[in-house]
Amino acid sequence: MRRLVSADALRVLVPAMSLAVLLGAVFYLQPRTMSYTGLNLLFNLAVPIALATLAQMLIMAVNDLDLSMGAFVSFAACVTATFLQSAPLLGLLILAAAVAVYAGLGVIIHLRNLPAIVVTLGMSFVWSGLAVLILPSPGGAAPEWIRAIMTVRPPFAPMAIVASVLIAVIAHLIVMRSSLGVVLRGVGGNRRSVERAGWSVVRVRAMTYALAAVFAILAGISLVGLTTAADANIAMRYTLLSIAGVILGGGEFVGGRVSPIGAVIGALTLTLAASFLSFLRISPDWQIGAQGAILILVLAIRLVLNRRENKEKRA
Amino acid sequence: MNDESQLPAVIAVDGARKSFGAVKALDGVDFTVAPGQCIGLVGHNGAGKSTLVNVINGGITLDQGTIALAGQNHSSGHSIARARSGGIRCVFQELSLCPNLTVLENVRIAHRTLTGFGWRTRAAKLISAQLDTIFPGHGISAGSVVGDLSIAQRQMVEIATAFSRDSDPVALVILDEPTSSLDASRAHQLIEYVKTFTAEGGAVIFISHILGEILEAAHRVIVMRDGKVVGDRPASEFTVPGLVQAMGSVAAKRQARRETDARASGEAPVVARPQHTDAVAFRAFRGELVGLAGLSGHGQTETLVDLYKSLSSDWRAARDPKAAFVAGDRLIDGIFPIWSILRNMSITVLADWSRRGFVDVAREIGFGGDWKQRIGIRSDDLENPILSLSGGNQQKALFARALGSRAEVVLMDDPMRGVDIGTKQDVYAMLRQEADKGRTFVWYSTEMDEVSVCDRVYVFRDGRIVAELAGDAVSEDAILAASFGERAA
Amino acid sequence: MTALSRMPWIWSFLAAGIVWVITLMFTGGASIVGLTQATLTFAAFSVIVGTGQMFVITLGPGNIDLSIPATMTLAGTVALKLMGGDSGLIVPGFLVAIAIGLGVGVANYALIKLLRIPPIIATLAMSFIIQSAAIWSNRGLRIRPPEILGDFAIGSVLGVPNVAILALVVTVLAYVALEKSLYGRWILAIGQNIRAARMAGIPVDGVRCGTYVLCAVLASLGGYFLASFSGGAALNMGAEYLLMSIAVVVIGGTSVAGGDSNVPGIWGASLFMFLVVSMLNTYGFDAGFRMIMTGLIIIGVIVTAGGRTVRF
Repeated sequence: MRRLVSADALRVLVPAMSLAVLLGAVFYLQPRTMSYTGLNLLFNLAVPIALATLAQMLIMAVNDLDLSMGAFVSFAACVTATFLQSAPLLGLLILAAAVAVYAGLGVIIHLRNLPAIVVTLGMSFVWSGLAVLILPSPGGAAPEWIRAIMTVRPPFAPMAIVASVLIAVIAHLIVMRSSLGVVLRGVGGNRRSVERAGWSVVRVRAMTYALAAVFAILAGISLVGLTTAADANIAMRYTLLSIAGVILGGGEFVGGRVSPIGAVIGALTLTLAASFLSFLRISPDWQIGAQGAILILVLAIRLVLNRRENKEKRA
Repeated sequence: MNDESQLPAVIAVDGARKSFGAVKALDGVDFTVAPGQCIGLVGHNGAGKSTLVNVINGGITLDQGTIALAGQNHSSGHSIARARSGGIRCVFQELSLCPNLTVLENVRIAHRTLTGFGWRTRAAKLISAQLDTIFPGHGISAGSVVGDLSIAQRQMVEIATAFSRDSDPVALVILDEPTSSLDASRAHQLIEYVKTFTAEGGAVIFISHILGEILEAAHRVIVMRDGKVVGDRPASEFTVPGLVQAMGSVAAKRQARRETDARASGEAPVVARPQHTDAVAFRAFRGELVGLAGLSGHGQTETLVDLYKSLSSDWRAARDPKAAFVAGDRLIDGIFPIWSILRNMSITVLADWSRRGFVDVAREIGFGGDWKQRIGIRSDDLENPILSLSGGNQQKALFARALGSRAEVVLMDDPMRGVDIGTKQDVYAMLRQEADKGRTFVWYSTEMDEVSVCDRVYVFRDGRIVAELAGDAVSEDAILAASFGERAA
Repeated sequence: MTALSRMPWIWSFLAAGIVWVITLMFTGGASIVGLTQATLTFAAFSVIVGTGQMFVITLGPGNIDLSIPATMTLAGTVALKLMGGDSGLIVPGFLVAIAIGLGVGVANYALIKLLRIPPIIATLAMSFIIQSAAIWSNRGLRIRPPEILGDFAIGSVLGVPNVAILALVVTVLAYVALEKSLYGRWILAIGQNIRAARMAGIPVDGVRCGTYVLCAVLASLGGYFLASFSGGAALNMGAEYLLMSIAVVVIGGTSVAGGDSNVPGIWGASLFMFLVVSMLNTYGFDAGFRMIMTGLIIIGVIVTAGGRTVRF
């Protein structure tokens, strides 16, 4: 049973290494990116993607999947660019209501024993519809403060990287270190045992969904801080990106095996992959397809690694 | 130790009744546990032990009857949370730790009071101290992930967690088959600790298939059969054979062994398994009843599933299947819950009769009627949903599914779980008849009397076959000795 | 009441009828023929792709095909490009569309099986590749369908749209397959309990693979006729069928927990969904509101129907 690295450490090590390899490839293709400004450009959109990935990771930690992530982040972005900018109090109220809706979804999914996939697929239309109502055509403006935060130029490393590290640490403390995070992951690992210990699983689920909504809203706000404007479809890609990010970061679809640090690394890798693809001059026709191919590739690599790990365990 | 009159009982169950569909799991049970007592609870699978345990820990609500916790009647609002705050802890038969969490994180799940700054250190101390007390030299680190531990280590963690106390009380610990994966010395350590724990005023309910352990650990033994308490006496008044008799085993008069000489004639086996790690190669011959024995969960079910999968295809249905499978864990491996009895019975044979891919409905109905009579399914209409049947009759439908096919090998995964004695006798007779006609049966059973009927027995330990017993060498003692390795020695 | 509970599809027809009446009341009954024909036509496409989705959903929890819209688009664009408006190439075009469906279905199941990932992720990833293939093959050009094919797609017999008749044929075949064939029994068994199905001797992989292929073929069939109907393939032509294909299955009374299909319900639900949209249109609600309503209806229906809980 003696092993040099624990399973949890391995979960983070593999994505970290793939990020390093990809970064090396980008530096090789475009040596000019090896600078403060270059890195800032490369990882420009990393923060919102990392936050959305963490939101998805929370939902996946309790064995569900949120297919409305992209629509919801778009909705949050639209609220940020309109209400939060012009009437901050009303904006906050709307966002708080959205968190409550997420908690309610967790309760309904649990009590009625519904497939989260179908419920969130339905919700994706609700969020998109609301976003269209709020912002029928692209526009709005970013609140000053978020614009200021997102464009800070800290010394040594660009904002995107500093913020990603900060987010990873906070999420790690909440999900991996806090006593509450343990119960959350416990529901994903063995729901019956958590129930038998006298916990209310429905409360845990509701809390998890609400927390996920908070992260997703932060993703929407930070996205507007970068783009300065919003539209109803601004983050539709985030549904797939967030799922891919979690998987890339060593998380699993079931069993409560997740890693916040891995998820952030996964999100960084995906951000970088987009730049990588454009450096490779892949035809724009195949940009979407390349995303799908990357996801499949990641899952294939994961399968190979898992098999090897299992073989070692048996040996 | 017998001041029951003065102290209120830790738990008192009175006139408990609980039915699942047509099955009476508890049929008027009275049951009390006094502080400082260790109760041994015995009975065959399906006798109602697990239901009783779940009633006590609040997981199941009674149809009728009362539960009093430390003298206070809570029968209306007894729940998991209340049972736990009343100090009732449970170690379940199946693994109930979260495999994705570390040992100390699992301790946190068990103790609501473990929160706030520095909870990790406190949890680690708590579980390490408890493990040291019960299982000295356990070698388990509080920071290791449960999924990486061996089954024995997991069981030790579960037991230690149940006995550990943070600031919440521990009044009664229910141990459901706690030694099923422990070796002899660990099992002994546990029994010693149970004695210390009860001497300090704690109460324990001890459930085990190994009757010797029960008699060693318990002050009082309660015997259950068909949802009723049929015996309740001090442990000193019982002996192992006496307990076996009280449980209502049919082993007392053993069936005459059938004569098979297939192997003598040098015939090729019908089923064989490549010998990877097994001490003995697995083979089954035509017309044989081959038993799989050993403690539960040591790889017997996996072996049957592997055998079945190797004899059937994931991609094409064979017209005449080589093997058929009878599930023991009916809801998981056998039943199609929203279908009728008839559809559940006929699913395997349908492919055999299909014409151009269509179901032969007339033949299906005929098949159903025929087997309903032959195997005695008690239902007025086979169009009724399968779940309307009692457990025993559901099992008969699954037997009909397998026996009705042309398969020459029938694999059975402890199929008599929760089946009444009458049904068992019917099925035994039918199996013997079918075996005489040349069918091969591979039969995993946790009941010793069933294994003893077999022509040959393979004993499993830790996922591999460790011994082969044949003919008159098949005996309870020999099987137990092989199951435990050094423990019986 | 028991007779009604055995026909859960009746509710979707009832709902469709009510919405039909309400819409007609607003227009004063002037558009009765037009509305009914339009409803039948648009419902037909939902029925064709929804039937495929129903077979997939019947396989049990987690089984959903998200590549339907992309497959429709790819089949529509490639077939129309191949035919290039030439009536002589209608049959080859059709065969190519079907072949695309076959390929997508096999690829989907290969991903599910080889990578051991939830079908939803496999089909989602696949849909991105298919969508890219469609963009690449069509390059934004709108090629008109051959005249005969276009006329057939918009035409009708005795007032009943041709595509509705086609959808009806698909429905009848699906019904027979589900109720009378061995495949139907197998798929229902797998949906209830896949482990038990395997241990009862059902060729689980064969059946599941066949089902994903069937779904993709029906999607490409739908795409072929939808492109012909709308006078050319557009890159977003399948988009609305992502939710629609799931919605009509769920609203039609098929259990999302698997193992319990309902073929007639798809018709009721498809009619209902189109009528709701056209009602909201007539009453002057805009796109955002329509989306919200669509989402809420599907959630409302699943919440009411609930997941199946196995009793112990």
